[in-house]
Amino acid sequence: MSLTASSKVVTANDLRSGEVLYLRFPHSWTPELAKASVIKDSDLAKASLAFAQGQPNAVVGAYLSDVIDEIDGPKASHFRETFRSTGPSNYRHGKQEV
Amino acid sequence: MYEYSSFDHEFIAERVTQFRAQVARRLDGSLTEDEFKPLRLMNGLYLQLHAYMLRVAIPYGTLNSRQMRQLAMIAERWDKGYGHFTTRQNIQFNWPKLEDVPSILQALADVEMHAIQTSGNTVRNVTADHFAGAAADELADPRPIAELIRQWSTDHPEFQFLPRKFKIAVTGSPNDRAVTRAHDIGLRMIVQDGLRGFEVIVGGGLGRTPMIGKTLSPFVPLDDLLPYLEAVVSTYNLLGRRDNKYKARIKMTTHEHGIEEIKQRVEAQFAKIKPRFAGADLQLLKDIEQHFAPPKFKPLIAQVEADSAPAQTPVFRAWLDTNITAHKAPGYAIVSVSLKKPGATPGDASAAQMRALAKIARNFGHDELRISHEQNVILPHVHRADLPQVFQALRQADLAAANIGLVSDIIACPGMDYCALATARSIPVAQQIATRFQALKLEHDIGPLKLKISGCINACGHHHVGHIGILGLEKAGVESYQITLGGDATTEAEIGTRAGPGFGADEILPAIERLLLGYLKLRLDRHESFLEAYRRLGLVPFKALLYPQTRKAA
Repeated sequence: MSLTASSKVVTANDLRSGEVLYLRFPHSWTPELAKASVIKDSDLAKASLAFAQGQPNAVVGAYLSDVIDEIDGPKASHFRETFRSTGPSNYRHGKQEV
Repeated sequence: MYEYSSFDHEFIAERVTQFRAQVARRLDGSLTEDEFKPLRLMNGLYLQLHAYMLRVAIPYGTLNSRQMRQLAMIAERWDKGYGHFTTRQNIQFNWPKLEDVPSILQALADVEMHAIQTSGNTVRNVTADHFAGAAADELADPRPIAELIRQWSTDHPEFQFLPRKFKIAVTGSPNDRAVTRAHDIGLRMIVQDGLRGFEVIVGGGLGRTPMIGKTLSPFVPLDDLLPYLEAVVSTYNLLGRRDNKYKARIKMTTHEHGIEEIKQRVEAQFAKIKPRFAGADLQLLKDIEQHFAPPKFKPLIAQVEADSAPAQTPVFRAWLDTNITAHKAPGYAIVSVSLKKPGATPGDASAAQMRALAKIARNFGHDELRISHEQNVILPHVHRADLPQVFQALRQADLAAANIGLVSDIIACPGMDYCALATARSIPVAQQIATRFQALKLEHDIGPLKLKISGCINACGHHHVGHIGILGLEKAGVESYQITLGGDATTEAEIGTRAGPGFGADEILPAIERLLLGYLKLRLDRHESFLEAYRRLGLVPFKALLYPQTRKAA
């Protein structure tokens, strides 16, 4: 086992709606970053990304994204990923909709 | 306005049918994403940060009320109740679901609209002066030519895989409102010895390497225009680089080969292909021109002219001062409807607002609407006697902001709130600046100002040609905003100069405030605009306003 340089999650967009999704072990997708599975092992990171890329009829554009692993779940470490996890700032649309 | 022929209807219907089948094959797994992506992009469907985005062409920015109502219907039925008008006279829907897009395209086809060639390395939506057919300073309506170019370039078999995207803008007025010098081809109508033609400008463009277009020909007679354009695009198609996308636009081809070589090649190609056109293009143009006959203007009624009416309120007068432009027909005005109410998202209109605009256009505007590259809506033909009623109707729809051409009339791209390419947000910056200057009540004192914001180097927000341009970038893991000064999108087009280091997200508003409050002290008098003062004084005093610490340290 070798550790990744930083904690990671697998993220992608939903094929049908385009919504941002995160991989949750073992085999499901969640729209909430806080519920995503955090990966620290580089072999597991590769395997998880391969799993996501092997689901072309569910998700599009899967990649590994750096996160900060906190007690209440992972937080994005880059502002772009923060915006992806929250939605636009001008309307309460997407993930901010009740 | 132009009405589709049976050929147009069949072509669009066929494309909708094709795309419906392609989406079905993607959803059932028969097509991979790699196979599907070019097919969806051919139909204007992007995948953005949070959702799909459908970009719909509004050819030369012209809409009728039926089309505007249909856009409202689409926004409500398949999106989140609004649309975003762009700097390329398109409308973007930010939240469509993949399986709904074929039905949206069908709804567009029902009102003679489509999303074809709003993406990809093709000739994109042809844009035009948003006052076309109405402006007092116009030589002739440029839209018949724009429509001819649209028909010629749509599905043109030679030009479906150009080295890079290709943007054409047309103006029929000596005062350029279509930013022709920042397009791959810009066409400026000229009348020479009684003969109508165009100055053909090539190699303009913003983005990573901004360039002002160069004159390829000072005058191409109307009769030669389409074969000449075909010669230009054909020359570019062969000569343009395909090894490096950052060097693939015609501005780079022109830069690398020189305008003289491009001219020689174009003229040789023109001589070769001109006989093939055999006048068919001119016959087609004649037919198209019939569709653009001016409306039957009502006579001038001096007694009820809005601007001589005694019962004007101050808000109506303020709106008349900023949102009205001279019309070529006596007794008429061009109304610019601002989509920039301070605090709102520049270019957004709700479905209810779209319906209100459609109703006003039908009742008071000869059924015509325009979308400007400045992300506003134009009612091109309003009788001055109807202006009070139009203003009231706009107020009821929350569309009566009196700020056209002022600091809060900001162009802003969607930025990182939506766009997958963006490096920083644009919309909140625009909202903050507009709200702040409204609160300061200084907009009218500051006067004419073009402030333009892009959320990445691709420059959809035209920041290079803003009097003040703001470019959002990433620097050391946070949003950073670079300011350029002295840009100009008009006939004297100019690329702005970068003022210095970028500002953090919380520093950009104070920086703009220092800059504009400082300008009020620097100007000769209130008649000297920001751009005029900048041109007189140069960068140094404005830079000192932006970076006071540096000045102290020095």
